[in-house]
Amino acid sequence: MQIKNRIYERTLYVILSGELDEHSAYQTRINLDEIFSKPNFNQVIIDLSELDFMDSTGIGVLVGRYKKLKDKNIPIFICNPSSHAERIFKMTGLYDIMPKIS
Amino acid sequence: MRTINEMEIKFKAISINEGFARSAIAAFCIQANPSVDEITDIKTAVSEAVTNAVVHAYPLKDGDITIRVKLYNTGVVIEISDNGIGIDDFDKAREPFYTTKPNEERSGMGFTVMESFMDSVSLQKNGKTGVLVKMEKIFKDNYSQTVAGV
Repeated sequence: MQIKNRIYERTLYVILSGELDEHSAYQTRINLDEIFSKPNFNQVIIDLSELDFMDSTGIGVLVGRYKKLKDKNIPIFICNPSSHAERIFKMTGLYDIMPKIS
Repeated sequence: MRTINEMEIKFKAISINEGFARSAIAAFCIQANPSVDEITDIKTAVSEAVTNAVVHAYPLKDGDITIRVKLYNTGVVIEISDNGIGIDDFDKAREPFYTTKPNEERSGMGFTVMESFMDSVSLQKNGKTGVLVKMEKIFKDNYSQTVAGV
């Protein structure tokens, strides 16, 4: 799992690439929390276009980050999920807390 | 329905094998010519079942996970089993969002994802206490070819 990020006009863009499963979840949590501790952004867009695989472990990771940023009133948006990731997001209701944008 | 091939693998119940297991089973199934979507369905479901065994089956000791695959021209049957501590209540375990580890950011959606991506999923005891997850996937695109006599 690789994570790229940059801030542009107070939006933090995060690109996840590789495979998000239980094995990679622990390090992914640590890396995302470190990125989210940066100053100078008021919303997050997580781009999944380079994510090759995700299972339900990904939901736990994303919801955990949502809870942390919610305390700071910073919303997260999801873009470019694969059709499989999208099915998992829909069955778990993830888009209710992390809306999809194009 | 004609059996094309069979295989069995056994590996340690550690998280690095989650990726190995789903890739190995997907690679094995390719010879039956499923669609790319069906392969991803299988990969995701296998990943969920193996993750369950890695996370829950062996809290106190090391253990193994065994996967048996029967590949047919029309689909595949996959059995993922462990010899771990087992599941107290199968019905409860299958409920969406149910997790026995709520403090670990776990979604509790593993079985729901398996059921959604496969055509059938059943749970039974493996030996005295372990768990056996049996799941089946029918290759829909392939089926018409088989009926046509190819």
